[in-house]
Amino acid sequence: MPEHSFILNGNRVSVDTEDNVRVLWVLRDLLGVTGPKYGCGINVCKACTCHINGKAFNPCSVPISAIKPSDEITTIEGLADQRSGKLHPMQEAWLEHDVAQCGYCQPGQIMAAVALVRKARAAGTELDDAELDKLRNICRCGTYTRIREAIHTGAKNM
Amino acid sequence: MAGHSRRRFLGYLLAAPTLAVAVPVGEEFAMPGEASAALPSNPEIADLLDLSDLLNLAAAPTSGLVAVGVQADGTVSFALPRAEVGQGITTAVTMLIAEELDIGMDKVRVTLADARPELLCNQLTGGSNSMHSIYHPVRAAAAIARLALLDAAAGQWGTDASRLTITEGVISGPGGRSAPLGSFAKAAAGTRTKQLSAEPKKRPSLIGTPQSRIDAHDAVTGRKQFTMDLRVPGALPTMVCRGPHINAGVGSVRNLAEVRAMPGVTDIAVISTGVAVRANTTTHCIDAVRALRVDWRGGTVDGETDASVRAELRAITPPMPPPMPGAETIDLEVDFAFASNSALETNCAIADVRPDRAEIWAALKAPIPAHNEIAAKAGLLPTAVRVHVVQGGGSFGRKLFHDAALEATEASKAMGKPVKLMWHRTDDFRHGRVHPMSTSKIRLNHSGENVLSYEQRHMATQLDLGHGFGDAITSMLDKLPVADLTFNQVFFLTTQAMPYDFGITNQTLHEVPLKFHTSSMRNVYSPNVTGAREIAVEMLAKKLGKDSLELRRSFAKEERVRAILDKVAELGEWGKEMPPGTAQGIGIHVEYKSCCAVLVEIDCRPETVHRPVEEEGVTGPRVMRATVAVDVGVPVNPRGLEAQMLGCVNDGIGLVLTESLHMDRGLPLEGSWDNFFYTRQWNTPLDVRVFVMPKTTEEPGGAGELGVAATVGAVACAYGRATGTMPTSFPINHGTLSFEPLPRVPPIPQSPTDGLEHTF
Ligand code: FES
Ligand code: FES
Repeated sequence: MPEHSFILNGNRVSVDTEDNVRVLWVLRDLLGVTGPKYGCGINVCKACTCHINGKAFNPCSVPISAIKPSDEITTIEGLADQRSGKLHPMQEAWLEHDVAQCGYCQPGQIMAAVALVRKARAAGTELDDAELDKLRNICRCGTYTRIREAIHTGAKNM
Repeated sequence: MAGHSRRRFLGYLLAAPTLAVAVPVGEEFAMPGEASAALPSNPEIADLLDLSDLLNLAAAPTSGLVAVGVQADGTVSFALPRAEVGQGITTAVTMLIAEELDIGMDKVRVTLADARPELLCNQLTGGSNSMHSIYHPVRAAAAIARLALLDAAAGQWGTDASRLTITEGVISGPGGRSAPLGSFAKAAAGTRTKQLSAEPKKRPSLIGTPQSRIDAHDAVTGRKQFTMDLRVPGALPTMVCRGPHINAGVGSVRNLAEVRAMPGVTDIAVISTGVAVRANTTTHCIDAVRALRVDWRGGTVDGETDASVRAELRAITPPMPPPMPGAETIDLEVDFAFASNSALETNCAIADVRPDRAEIWAALKAPIPAHNEIAAKAGLLPTAVRVHVVQGGGSFGRKLFHDAALEATEASKAMGKPVKLMWHRTDDFRHGRVHPMSTSKIRLNHSGENVLSYEQRHMATQLDLGHGFGDAITSMLDKLPVADLTFNQVFFLTTQAMPYDFGITNQTLHEVPLKFHTSSMRNVYSPNVTGAREIAVEMLAKKLGKDSLELRRSFAKEERVRAILDKVAELGEWGKEMPPGTAQGIGIHVEYKSCCAVLVEIDCRPETVHRPVEEEGVTGPRVMRATVAVDVGVPVNPRGLEAQMLGCVNDGIGLVLTESLHMDRGLPLEGSWDNFFYTRQWNTPLDVRVFVMPKTTEEPGGAGELGVAATVGAVACAYGRATGTMPTSFPINHGTLSFEPLPRVPPIPQSPTDGLEHTF
């Protein structure tokens, strides 16, 4: 079986598995990193959202063979400051607004929110309602309004 | 059944190394004699005895014990015989314990109890009954523990317990003495079990204050563990290949050996619901499921489509009584499509079945019937089976059932290995449980502004209440003063309270026994029944030229209902000037000893209806603003209540505007979240305000489902007012299929490989 290596939450990891195994299952089934959640497996629900080299991506739809040894993947477990353990401002905002209900979608929501804010910053655009409307992450508990409020709070502190 | 005022709580000090207090659950409400004596002949049973009472009465004779334990380190533990699926019950229970003991919420450890068969009907999370049923028992146990700790401290300090206080977990007494409460946990423990009683606090200081969820930190750091996140040695990913029709069984598998030899695959077994595949990763499972060539036997509803089911509902519709002489009538028929109650966490369970024992992990709202069926499936005595209740990633009715737990049991037994069984999303929509299709027919007789009678016939495909409520209700059937009713009809009668004084009121349920997989969906019948009723009320207001809020106010039976109507009118600016194509709408719902009013503003202007959405998805009219007022009797955690109402609003919007299943030859066409249009960010209101009414009774009512029905009514009425045409078929977009259905064979889609082209 081919060996695949990449950087996960700041640490180099490697796994032996078939090329087509999707990154979500490398993380969850082989490495035991369970923050990213399964909600569809077809890049629709966004529950699995993580970052690759700082950008949001959906590991359920990326085969491990597409990941290079130099790629840095960040899951929700790696979002807080790795040394101090201090939560990311977006996580803090989530706590402040008590966003989570069942919590199943929330790792994906937070990772998507961080990427959206970074993207808007880079492009110099305003995070208005139309931009937030573009978030595709499902929350079946219906926490959408609190998510929007928390993103504004989190963005302010990022 | 309001009217309990303060009372003494009874409980037991257990013989244990550190303090442990046990109390019965359910007993507080045991008064079947009174209840049945008070029942009227008019079947508005819900007004006097609602589902919450019914569940409590069912639980009463068997009431097992639940226990609060105090450890030497000052932590207090409680194993809650309920499920946490996002509704916040663990947080609310933490508050109750912290309240009575005067300790920080961070010192309370609430866990979910394993299935405890001795609790019989008392381990059911459903009907929004949890807070109602657990409120007094938990406070009782904690109050007694407090008493025991104070007694122990008083004994050691040679003083009287009445002179001691507890603040933030520290006991203080005369002469400046103080010590952490945990230091008396041993001394306070019983040497023999004995009965004790205590009074709850007269003036609670924590109950009623907004608190954040106890698991919020775990949720935002990815540490919160759901079933699929648990590590059980040897439990490898397992998925099931399912048929092209609901309940299709396996005839034969053509390429078993070939698929077994695929990379990563460890085991394959035919089980009653399909072909189970166990493999090293979920990708391997998906590949194997897609590769299987199976000849399927027929299912149970192969010929049924939306149109055929609708025709069957029409066919069983009983005739309405003729209009009353001299009266005018409002006649109405309201249709709702099938809808999926799929949670974001798909059906899943871990099972480790051995020849002599079994262990199961799953999010279960009715773990006791699950336990019994799992034992039967495993061929073991119930005592050889342990069923662990895990926190669930949403429920919405799903987790009253244990479909995945049974499958996992069967697969693990057949393979002789532990399995971590998960449903694919597509299966969760197509083979998972659905909310029944329904038609509600209403006739309202009135003479001018005087409403003489209200008749509602509710026709629906049969709802499976079997696993959870079934046991509780069956055990109560003979105790109710209603003859010849099925338990679904009893359920209907006990949940459909009529909030308006509409003269002679008669609401009945008629079901077609079609074999779909059904269940409740954030409420059992109410969203459809109440939604239809609120449309009738709106039509009456229009016909009489009355303000529709004022009309609701004037017919409301309860002052509580008038108060929430006034509150939403004030906060939501009822009657304000709105541009053409937009409108306000209002709906109310009364259930679970609670009531709720919702006021929405909808935008049906073409530029909004046709707003673009990137990639797949539907838009349509948008609810821009929602104002909710909710009265749950005793609001334990207002912040949690607000969260639940927020969810209810999004559910109600989906049911009216966008979300449904299209049944086609025995299978829903929907197979993804981009087919089943639950409310998304681009459809959610930009402004939601929830007002939690201050305490109005002594009993906390239910809330988890309450707001959905009121929202359905509000959104439907707003749409009618904005467009000038009252909608009667829901969701309004059901007539258009807005997606390309996934194939039936193979049953699940392949995962894409182009994810890196869509980063942002
Ligand atoms: S699981 Fe990856 S997008 Fe749904
Ligand atoms: S919090 Fe439950 S799905 Fe979002």
